[in-house]
Amino acid sequence: MTAASPVLSLANIRKVFGGVIAVQDFSLDLYAGEIVALVGDNGAGKSTLVKVISGVHRPTSGDIRMDGETVALVDASSARSQGIEVVYQDLALAHEQTVYMNMFLGRELTRKPFGLLDKERMRRESQMLVDELDVRIPSANSRIRDLSGGQRQGIAIARATHWASKLILLDEPTAALGVAETAKVEELVASLRVRNLAILLISHSLDQVFRLSDRICVLRCGEQIGIRKTADTNRNEIVSMITGVHA
Amino acid sequence: MEQALARLREMDLQRGVIYFGFLGIFLFFAVTLHDDGFLTSRNLTNIVLQTAPATIMAIGLVFALSAGEIDLSFGSIVAVSALSAAVAMQSHPMVVGVLAGLGAGIAIGAFNGVLVAYLRLPSFLVTLATMGLFAGIARSMTDLRSIPVINDTFTGIFGSGKLFSVPSLVLWTAVAVLIGHLIYRNTRFGAHVLAVGDNAQAAQVSGIKVPRIRLCVLTLCGATAGLAGLLYAGRLQAAKYTLGESDLMTVIAAVIVGGTALNGGKGSIIGALLGSLLMGMLNNGLILMGLKVSDQMIVRGLIILVAVAVSLRDTNR
Repeated sequence: MTAASPVLSLANIRKVFGGVIAVQDFSLDLYAGEIVALVGDNGAGKSTLVKVISGVHRPTSGDIRMDGETVALVDASSARSQGIEVVYQDLALAHEQTVYMNMFLGRELTRKPFGLLDKERMRRESQMLVDELDVRIPSANSRIRDLSGGQRQGIAIARATHWASKLILLDEPTAALGVAETAKVEELVASLRVRNLAILLISHSLDQVFRLSDRICVLRCGEQIGIRKTADTNRNEIVSMITGVHA
Repeated sequence: MEQALARLREMDLQRGVIYFGFLGIFLFFAVTLHDDGFLTSRNLTNIVLQTAPATIMAIGLVFALSAGEIDLSFGSIVAVSALSAAVAMQSHPMVVGVLAGLGAGIAIGAFNGVLVAYLRLPSFLVTLATMGLFAGIARSMTDLRSIPVINDTFTGIFGSGKLFSVPSLVLWTAVAVLIGHLIYRNTRFGAHVLAVGDNAQAAQVSGIKVPRIRLCVLTLCGATAGLAGLLYAGRLQAAKYTLGESDLMTVIAAVIVGGTALNGGKGSIIGALLGSLLMGMLNNGLILMGLKVSDQMIVRGLIILVAVAVSLRDTNR
């Protein structure tokens, strides 16, 4: 953790859907170069928080600051333009398209003067990125449907890494993966620390949370139960915070 | 490496279907109908001329299918736009006729598009309904009468004219295919169309304006049907409500045989051109073989069935 001001600071976030309180009074600071895990049972409010941070939902009340300045994340594009990237659980990739087109999906590079796609550059930059992150795929020309689940998640994370300048949100990044692929993706996530990005990891797997995170933030029924440094806590404490049952 | 090789083989097969089918049927007719004049340059040119409107509509349909939508109403749009142009040119200069024809196509396409994109009605049902709606409107526009088009400039540009001894319909086809291919393969719009049809959610979270893409592809279908209407009116020197009536199956078959996926995310403009020419060759060959109209329909239906089955085999894995 660095001593600088937080990359993202959430203060007293509250989100209500109709009469249902999805999240109440949530506060969290995220710093560059650290991985914070957000854990909690189903329905604890994790997804709502992800959507608030990614701009899909606006909080009912509360303050979101980036580098100390209040920001309004009104939609997914505004979150992206603030340097926030999300890696979704269900892999937001277009399967019939190539790796490089997915890497630049919605932000395709074009060439002057006619504004035609600069496929060569997208291909080159994609290849460089996957090589750099050691995501092993046949080539940037491969179609997503021909890749394994682990390779696909590798692409999704590489894409987020390429575009994020501040924060990457990982929403259950290994939920759909096998053991070996999970290990590979975890290695990739851990390697992102040195890129000076803040990483918020949502995961059901406590093993994974303990392997990867610097801090753990626990939610239960929309309520923030607490934040612990991973090094200073243990599974039993986190489990009892998640379930509300004391061992 | 093995994976890459497997992918290569698979792609070749997939892409090959239309080329082999095209070549196979061409050779078959070239041999069996050699004495009936199939191979004469005049007959071959004729095939291109006759398929020009279908090819142009096929381009629009490739965009719509690639975006995960479909248009069933383009046949009716052809009639409305040809009649609009013909009626307008009875009392106004050619430019007004062209604008009326294209405008009608674009307007109906946009109407389909708004219903699909912003009210989230399925395009299959919307365009099934508008197909009937505008077929009716085409009939009532002129009380089933045929309207002659006597403007020579118009019939020259959109029908029988030539530029540097190349027939204008060939030029229209070539230009439309080239521009369509360029937009489809080499612009952000084309990439977004494919992304929306492939995974609309992914497109959405990537900042692509999904409804706008849906509106655009259906409007484009209307525009290509409008242009097809002008080409029919130009070539036949008349407009009638029956124009475009029989194009629905031909154009859909051309597009599918040409390698465009019915469920979006994948397609080919060049494939659609070859598919359309293939349909034209079939028509032409079966007539030259001397089949009765009823037999032509049966044989054509069967061949299309086989062709579609072969080209979908891979997609349906």
